[in-house]
Amino acid sequence: MTAPVDLRAGELPLRTVQRPTRHDSAVKHVSGSAAYVDDLREPGGTLHVAVGGAPAAAGRLAEIDLDAVRKAPGVVAVLTAADIPGRNDVSPVGAGDDPIFAREQIDFHGQVVFAAVAASREAARHAVRLARVTVEARAPLVTVDQALAAKSLVLPDYGFRRGDVAAALAASPHRRKSQLRIGGQEHFYLEGQVALAVPGEDGDMFVHCSTQHPSEVQHLVAAMLGLPDAAVTVEVRRMGGAFGGKESQAAQWAAIAALGARATGRPCKLRLDRDDDMRLTGKRHDFLAQYDVGFDGEGRITALEVAMASRCGYSADLSSAINDRAMFHAENAYFVPAASVTTRRTRTNTVSNTAFRGFGGPQGMMAAERVIDEIAWALGLDPLEVRKRNLYREGHDVTPYGMKVEDNILPALVETLERKSDYRRRRREVSAFNAESRFLRRGLALTPVKFGISFTTTHLNQGGALIHVYQDGSIHLNHGGTEMGQGLNVKVAQVVAEEFGVDLDRVKITATTTAKVPNTSPTAASSGTDINAMAARNAAAAIKARLVAFAAAAYNAPAEQVALRDNQVFIGNRAIPFGEFVKQAYLARVSLSSTGFYRTPKISWNPAKGGRPFYYFAYGAACSEVILDVTTGEMKVERVDILHDVGRSLNPAVDIGQIEGGFVQGMGWLTTEELVFAGDGRLLTHAPSTYKIPCASDVPEHFTISLWAGANREDTIYRSKAVGEPPLMLAISVFAAVADALHSLAPGAPVRLDAPATPEAIRRAVQSLGAA
Amino acid sequence: MRGDIRFLRRGRPVRLTAASPTLTLLDYLRLQERATGTKEGCAEGDCGACTVVLRRLRGERVVYEPVNACILLAGQADGAEVITVEDLADGDTLHPVQQALVDRHGSQCGFCTPGFVMALFALYHAPAPRALDRARVNDWLAGNLCRCTGYRPIVEAALASCAGAPSDRFAAQEEESRHALQRLAGNDDLFVGTPERFFAAPTSLAALGQLCAEHPDATLVAGATDVGLWITKGLRDLPRIIWLGRVRGLDVIDDGRDAVGFGACVTLVAATPHLAAIDPDLGELMRRFAGTQIRTTGTVGGNIANGSPIGDLPPALIALGATVALQHGETPRSLPLESFFLAYRKQDRREGEFVRMVRVPKLAANERFRCFKITKRFDEDISAVMGAFKLRLDGRRIVGARLAYGGMAEIPKRARAAERQLIEVSLDRPESFAGTLAALAEDFTPISDQRASARYRLDVARAILRRALTEIAGAPTSTTRIVGRREAVHDGAG
Repeated sequence: MTAPVDLRAGELPLRTVQRPTRHDSAVKHVSGSAAYVDDLREPGGTLHVAVGGAPAAAGRLAEIDLDAVRKAPGVVAVLTAADIPGRNDVSPVGAGDDPIFAREQIDFHGQVVFAAVAASREAARHAVRLARVTVEARAPLVTVDQALAAKSLVLPDYGFRRGDVAAALAASPHRRKSQLRIGGQEHFYLEGQVALAVPGEDGDMFVHCSTQHPSEVQHLVAAMLGLPDAAVTVEVRRMGGAFGGKESQAAQWAAIAALGARATGRPCKLRLDRDDDMRLTGKRHDFLAQYDVGFDGEGRITALEVAMASRCGYSADLSSAINDRAMFHAENAYFVPAASVTTRRTRTNTVSNTAFRGFGGPQGMMAAERVIDEIAWALGLDPLEVRKRNLYREGHDVTPYGMKVEDNILPALVETLERKSDYRRRRREVSAFNAESRFLRRGLALTPVKFGISFTTTHLNQGGALIHVYQDGSIHLNHGGTEMGQGLNVKVAQVVAEEFGVDLDRVKITATTTAKVPNTSPTAASSGTDINAMAARNAAAAIKARLVAFAAAAYNAPAEQVALRDNQVFIGNRAIPFGEFVKQAYLARVSLSSTGFYRTPKISWNPAKGGRPFYYFAYGAACSEVILDVTTGEMKVERVDILHDVGRSLNPAVDIGQIEGGFVQGMGWLTTEELVFAGDGRLLTHAPSTYKIPCASDVPEHFTISLWAGANREDTIYRSKAVGEPPLMLAISVFAAVADALHSLAPGAPVRLDAPATPEAIRRAVQSLGAA
Repeated sequence: MRGDIRFLRRGRPVRLTAASPTLTLLDYLRLQERATGTKEGCAEGDCGACTVVLRRLRGERVVYEPVNACILLAGQADGAEVITVEDLADGDTLHPVQQALVDRHGSQCGFCTPGFVMALFALYHAPAPRALDRARVNDWLAGNLCRCTGYRPIVEAALASCAGAPSDRFAAQEEESRHALQRLAGNDDLFVGTPERFFAAPTSLAALGQLCAEHPDATLVAGATDVGLWITKGLRDLPRIIWLGRVRGLDVIDDGRDAVGFGACVTLVAATPHLAAIDPDLGELMRRFAGTQIRTTGTVGGNIANGSPIGDLPPALIALGATVALQHGETPRSLPLESFFLAYRKQDRREGEFVRMVRVPKLAANERFRCFKITKRFDEDISAVMGAFKLRLDGRRIVGARLAYGGMAEIPKRARAAERQLIEVSLDRPESFAGTLAALAEDFTPISDQRASARYRLDVARAILRRALTEIAGAPTSTTRIVGRREAVHDGAG
């Protein structure tokens, strides 16, 4: 067991970071004055774009008759693939398989074929319905099973292994083999996809876009227009939620808006209707995970083979890295002596699945936790006991992909939560309840999370920032990250204020723009703060160093005696207000602007050679209790206790918000949120009336969240840890608790519950236990 | 006859004379007024991001009604003051609900926040039938979705700011507002537009009958909680709209000894306490019926006249033996509710005929009632299956049964075969329930869709009938249900 690292000793007292500072836009949020792209005052003459698509999921475009669209009231232009001057592709990985407008081939139901540009949103949307698009349709591949049967792959298989797995499995005292289906998930960001493109001189284009990846939108819009990147500027002030859904999938709408602006010479706005957004943008990948596990009589894993297949949709998008991450988490927090982990990335005639909080990790982790449950059911052990026996620990701390787990805090963290949540007493109570109850059953589960932090695409692990200090001492902060509600801007501003020793309100947070910080990485992989706050601190430190040098020279004092704090510059015994001092520096011709840059150290990953994909791991654990009705399958989460590791929190209020919000989102994924596709490839659950994210009453009555007290052992920004994604996987405890409740119906028998655990899925599992 | 739609904005009257009959309140706010604080999240009344508050007079009372601006026609705001998120702060001083949200970190991305602010503002001003607790806040917020926070800080903000008597400047101005609202709309019939394209709001049954006869193809709108989607999602052109919301007499509730009569325009919120008084399960049904905003505008008559196969009220009302009263011009007729539904989305309603009221019999001393709604999410979800059951008992013997289901056929429908199997069954012999459960397969051949498979529908239809019988036989609901237990009844007042 490793003790929490505490590096606090010897540091100066901190004034701005590590405080529960409120979101910088909180007052604007509640007043309705926080502007999202659709709220920006439209430039005069702005036109509106709506898209029209294919009426079949697979086939060849036979005819596009757009005459009626052209003649519709208010229509100014109609756009198709033929109108694109440059590249007709928005693939985030340069795969060339994400057409902006389908040209000949139709790959999924509703795939965009054309767009109408009209005087109003209403006119544009009415007009597109007048199109006659004819497809020579063929039978689509909709499900993973269909794609597997047809050997339809979007990317090559990939796998890694350690040891002679077949031999280890054969030699194992016990062995279980089964499978788990894991559903996908719609992002349901409250603000749908939207872009406003404003044409400029020389064919330049300025795009306001709700995206996590402005640099990529910039690049793809430029390539579509046949312009250099420098001719396109993309700006993002804030998003109304994103969760991965605006990482790669914002680009198509920005590109169409920009094409409309190019074609008409007028500003063009495209905002997808909610139903279109749900039909036309990718989701979390659904997975089929098959496993074969060997274990000893104590429940310790001796060998594990996990073979996963994912529904990637029609194109590659980010599926390569997403499937990789599923593999990196297929053993979650458990040491597996002999392991084989493989993924098959299937191509289906459905929308191209994409990034979603956790990025494949949650699906891999679901397989790992089911494997543990399977062992516990086989041996009649408490699943928590099996979890604890298998956790990484010293001497058993190398992952199947060869990375050493250096900070084994999970054994201590899990034991702490076991105590805090009163697990043992409640286990007895649950058993007693189940022994007496005919219709209702309770279940309890405590599951850990170990989530790797860093983009596994190593080059993305870089951040940039730009800071100006003006003559009055006000500070302009810009960095490459985007704000989607996660509190990135306030955290970075806290870091900058800390560096300059000034109050937070002196730091002006500004919109992310490709014109200030270039070549940015997406705000994704939970990395936003890790890379951008470091870059911003480096920028601030550069300016600060010049200020200190100037102070030392101007006031003839040793540099060690210059300090910036409390909005003042202390030079020996003298104190000068920050603004006044900055003015002096300006007059002395000191540069008061700097970029900052950061690259994450230690990491490298090569799928062929291996390496260290992650800088560090973020940990957590959750204990959930559920009650279900075995006759209907209805289920309610009654109590959840969470203990989560954010290192030394930069902002506990923001971090707790990420943890509880992530948990509830994960709970939705595994319970009420079900994507249903018809046999012809149409998505049937394309609106909140049929796709059910959690609402207020789904949140457990008893819901506690604690932060693990310990610093990041790696030298991250103020020793904090990333928090965006890991908490989502705490919700696996809910799914495991449902399985636990079901297991009480037929102790010893394996539970065949697939995700999401809808009432119908739970009922199916009841029936498969012969307990109908 | 008045030729303009009138409502108040920030104390000033707004008059719309040339608006499209299908202009939504949200588009009015965002596109015409350019008040962009109110957001469009789904444009179908499910997410609540567009929530605004209508301050209006209901009788003598000034009420604050939270509504979904996305599917509310601008004309439905006639006679009200439209209050939006931009209006709450007093200069730099936030409203208590806004400040509570800020203090508790109740916003992350902020896009749903204006809707939550307005829902909480309405709660702040709502009459409090019982102490404000977490369950009531959850119910109130069922129509507001947040994807970031996990709701905990929002619910805490509500508990901190919405308990107790309102003391904001809106409460202080209430008398002023009452007078302004009284002056605003008057009692004249409203007709905006031309005979080809109009938004009309008659104020009497006679005028309504005449309008319907003149324009038999006009769209009758009560709450517009479904018609709104024909506009925003179906992009349908509805050139002639007759809004029922101002017709005197259609909002009457006649709560008598043996039955309750609901005028067709009685809102779901208004109907709830009367239904809950018939049986607590009806209170629970109403609690889970859509969200507060939809219950505020949606009506009893609309839920019936709309004829959805999965409408929540019809199965319950059919089981209770309700009758529906229709009117054509001056001519009334009435028929059992179950006979009103003919086929998928087709009702026994002639062109120009409108639903006037629904009469719901109360339970006799020897009658027992249960109803259950099966959904993927407990709150604000549409049933996969909805079952409602009324049994007449002679001691422990079942002597009469009305079993009605939604989601099992193309219309809300009685399970006649299962009903027959229940007669003379003893509650003391649970094994004798098997006959009725098996008979459900004769009554229904359900379909598979995005809400449930055919197999599950039949399975769960049996499960809820068995649950009803088990409970009526005496099992406490703490052993048979995980929500809506009768031992701890919500008042359902939303």
